[in-house]
Amino acid sequence: MSENSIALIFACPLFGAVLCTFLGGAKRALCHPVAVVSLGGALWGGIETLRRVVASESHEISYLLGGWTLDSYPRGVGIEFRADLLGTLIMLVVIGVAFLVALYSKLTVSEETPEKEGPFYTLFLLQVTGLAGICLTGDAFNLYVLIEVAALTGYGLIAMGSARAAAATFNYVILGTIGASFYLLGVGYLYMKTGTLNMVGIQEVIVQQDLADSATMQVAFVFIGLGILIKMAFFPFHAWLPNAYSHAPTSTSCLLAPLVTKVMIYVMIRMTLTVFGVDFSFEETLWTKLLPWLVVVAIVCAATMALAQRDLKKMLTYLIVAEVGYMVGGVWIYNYYGLVGSIFHVISDACMTLCLFLGAGIILRKVGTSHFDGLKGLFRRMPLTMTGFFVGGFSIIGLPPTCGFFSKWYLITGGMLAERWEYVVALLFSTMVMVVLFFRLIERIHLAVKESGEEFGHGHGDLDLPENETRFDEAPLSMLIPLLLSAAVVLLIGIYNQDVVNLVESFLEPLNLPKGTDR
Amino acid sequence: MFGEDGGLLRELLVERFNYCIYVVLLLIGLYAMIAKNNLIKKLIGMSIFQTAIILFYVSLGVKEGASIPIYKPEHDPHGHHAEDHADHKPKDANASSSASADAHDDHHEVQALTDEQTRQYANPLPHVLMLTAIVVGVATLGVALAVVQRIYRAYGTIEEDEVMKAIMEESQGIPSTKGSPKSKKGASKKRKAKKA
Repeated sequence: MSENSIALIFACPLFGAVLCTFLGGAKRALCHPVAVVSLGGALWGGIETLRRVVASESHEISYLLGGWTLDSYPRGVGIEFRADLLGTLIMLVVIGVAFLVALYSKLTVSEETPEKEGPFYTLFLLQVTGLAGICLTGDAFNLYVLIEVAALTGYGLIAMGSARAAAATFNYVILGTIGASFYLLGVGYLYMKTGTLNMVGIQEVIVQQDLADSATMQVAFVFIGLGILIKMAFFPFHAWLPNAYSHAPTSTSCLLAPLVTKVMIYVMIRMTLTVFGVDFSFEETLWTKLLPWLVVVAIVCAATMALAQRDLKKMLTYLIVAEVGYMVGGVWIYNYYGLVGSIFHVISDACMTLCLFLGAGIILRKVGTSHFDGLKGLFRRMPLTMTGFFVGGFSIIGLPPTCGFFSKWYLITGGMLAERWEYVVALLFSTMVMVVLFFRLIERIHLAVKESGEEFGHGHGDLDLPENETRFDEAPLSMLIPLLLSAAVVLLIGIYNQDVVNLVESFLEPLNLPKGTDR
Repeated sequence: MFGEDGGLLRELLVERFNYCIYVVLLLIGLYAMIAKNNLIKKLIGMSIFQTAIILFYVSLGVKEGASIPIYKPEHDPHGHHAEDHADHKPKDANASSSASADAHDDHHEVQALTDEQTRQYANPLPHVLMLTAIVVGVATLGVALAVVQRIYRAYGTIEEDEVMKAIMEESQGIPSTKGSPKSKKGASKKRKAKKA
């Protein structure tokens, strides 16, 4: 069983999805348990895989479906699933987040999309299959297919919401297709030049045949880069994200918001480090000169736009766009610590975004609106929910001991060592904005200050709110427990950050990235 | 630029004709997706865009005078015995790895084709990849059409600017609350009535 743990990661949600399709009619109530159980199986497979990867000597496991071999040149005829430390860590985050959201989703799904449990959980599980597959596949074309699997199910999940969500989905479909198609074009050029689709195989051919100066490779690199940047909602291409995620049903946005953009950043890291290789990717080109500055613009603009929002969910979506800027920047400053920070931030950002969206979902359900005006005095009503929500918020700001502090610490260290001061300044600016954002929320939630600054009362004991708005009215346990679990994960990753960083470092160590200021 | 044999122009129009067409199609598709106002026209653009990429991949796999990758009679390593083992499928024709004895094959050793021989076959991989891409394209189009249908039911139009206008009106009408589905249906009905 153990040697097939990688297959289990995909098989469990896939068969769960098929089962949910059949149960969708008469036995709708069974869909939720099926989803939870199959994700539990995948989670076990994921943990087992990580254990095996860490234990193995080269820190990577190859898994070949269908009995193909890797012996031929260029490497690989069949599709390889390749679990190394980077992919396995991100995959585990994907499955973990999905598991918590599946637990959480029971009430919201039956309330927001009644009688659609079957389709919802089918798409939900397929989405997880796609995202986990992206993290582990070792084949560039297979990656495209899995990106589209994740995207198509994502469209369906979002469009299940209101009519407004459908309108937002349409933009997502158009931009998502452009992004994925650009990626596909880039893979075509890669195949044209190297004759293989296996990621490690492509890298081997590039090194052996010295293709670094080839124009075809440059074209492939730019197409793939552009495609991924569109898919990850990097600032000028972010237009699809805020509306799609803020109008989607609660469970959908809880699943997609923490994962989709993060997994695409993983794809970018995978492409630069494994496929094209460090030397090729970070060569001085127009692209590598321009991108760090685009990152600065992206972070500053997204943070400013987040500041302008008056709706909780909308604000959180702009935070995601800003965070994407952090991680892209961490990669392209070309520094060892920047990359450690970037990878660590992918993990921690997924956890803290999950925490915030779970909290926002509970607020939306209890209050009926996610507008800031509905937040006053909420702490007295739902102290546990709000505590969980604040932990996520503190992590986004970067307060110790949450995981957001440590990942941001590495990013800033990387920026300083690479002497990319513009990046450091942008990060600090964005941190300031997030302090303003969250303390403004906290003020509202605790002290009940009106938009105009006029005070309702002197503290959460004296709000002058009607009795029914202040009495203890906590979220149902099925929603509260996942939120508190995710908050606990945010804290635990923060406290045990050294363990995670050690894993990331043993992945990055062989790549010989510059550690200091010598470029 | 225009050398004795036409130089660049010749290369672009004759030798790289497929690639020129693919770029043109790609740009037409991209233009339609971004600039057109009608949602269905955008989707037509999307289809053209994806078709352009299919053309690109298929062009990659083209080889003049080559055959499909099924053993030609003279290359068949199983010889005339092949007919006796109708269910025994030959392995990948392009396998260039060293000849290895197939455990299931008790009669012959499977011989890898020489480079000279494999040159007579076209590479099937780009075409196979495009089969997958076509399926993905069809699925995307299906989802997108369903979404357009949903938009039409809700807003009574498939013109992007009119949908945007309807959304703006809606959000101004109820600024602080997320409109319940009922109020939205009501609004769209009113709009339809107005149109009629």
